[in-house]
Amino acid sequence: MPSLWERLFGRPAERESSAQAAKRRLQFVLVHDRINLPPDIMAAMKQEILDVISKYVQVSEDAIDIALHPSEGGSLNRLVAEVPFTKSIVAPPPPLDEDSDLEAPAQAPEEVDPPEAR
Amino acid sequence: MAGKVVTVTSGKGGVGKTTSTANLGMGLARLGKKVVMIDADIGLRNLDIVMGLENRIVYDLVDVVEGRAKVKQAMIRHKQFPDLYLIPAAQTRDKSAVSPSDMVQLCNELRREFDFILIDSPAGIERGFRNAMAPADDILIVTNPEVSAVRDADRVIGLIEAENKGPARLILNRVKIELVRKGEMMSADDVTDILGIKLIGIVPDDEGVVSASNSGEPVVLSDKSRSGQAYRDIVRRLTGEDVPFAPLEQSGGLLAKIGRLFGGR
Repeated sequence: MPSLWERLFGRPAERESSAQAAKRRLQFVLVHDRINLPPDIMAAMKQEILDVISKYVQVSEDAIDIALHPSEGGSLNRLVAEVPFTKSIVAPPPPLDEDSDLEAPAQAPEEVDPPEAR
Repeated sequence: MAGKVVTVTSGKGGVGKTTSTANLGMGLARLGKKVVMIDADIGLRNLDIVMGLENRIVYDLVDVVEGRAKVKQAMIRHKQFPDLYLIPAAQTRDKSAVSPSDMVQLCNELRREFDFILIDSPAGIERGFRNAMAPADDILIVTNPEVSAVRDADRVIGLIEAENKGPARLILNRVKIELVRKGEMMSADDVTDILGIKLIGIVPDDEGVVSASNSGEPVVLSDKSRSGQAYRDIVRRLTGEDVPFAPLEQSGGLLAKIGRLFGGR
């Protein structure tokens, strides 16, 4: 039941207006348009990110979503990777001489971006 | 005298580029400026009919570029404004008949005699667009507050920046103020936020624009028309005057402001 205010001015306080939706969708698509990353490069990057994460956790490849997100309030655009995983791969850890800069497997994050930015 | 070359472009077709060019040309002439307009949309000539000059074409832009006619011969003088001229596009050729350097050369010649050289760019981002862009000192991008038009405008802005031209300014055309108030159409603030360029004018959607084109007398001449007023404001901004934007245009009106106070947005 819309409030009197909403009925008078047609702007529900909660639901996104179509103008807001247009703006949000445009800001999303323009990140891609502007960066102009060829699809094969984008795919290769996704695959590499996936390969790294797969060393630590078992991921379901179908559910992976890696996308560019627009900046909020003047910050930089972000690459947001959503990688649902089923369980961690405990052993064997990768040899230290090859990947000495990597964190321990248990601390591998499931998202590349900080959670509070979402 | 060194005239200024102003190119009107958009990316997407059908957003009101030609109508805007016609209105700006006539608006500048109305202020006593010497103006020549060039229709760069070769193969899809239209500026002539919107200006009411379609019956007087003898030579066109391609005739000038290929040396069959002198510039003066191809310029059609407007009857009401003797300091307003049009160089029409060729109708039977394609964009490749003219090169960017042809346009630069032609405009350099015209700069000596005119205050403003207005170029009506074709839609798209190919040869015709590059022709229109090459001589530009000032670039105006026309768009509508719709996702497809705004996206194409962004693409064009990127190309302009890559050419080290600009900064382009935005004409937001066909704004339906009622819809903006209801949150069903992006506002000028929304669009400039997305595109990151400055606004030069907001033209409200107005049935008068179509009937003005029908009769070949651009709406800028009609004193009562709101869109005519918007074009008159843009014209003054083009000449360097600081014309404030009416508050209604900018914010979607007082009601929307109150609405935002109450958490409406």
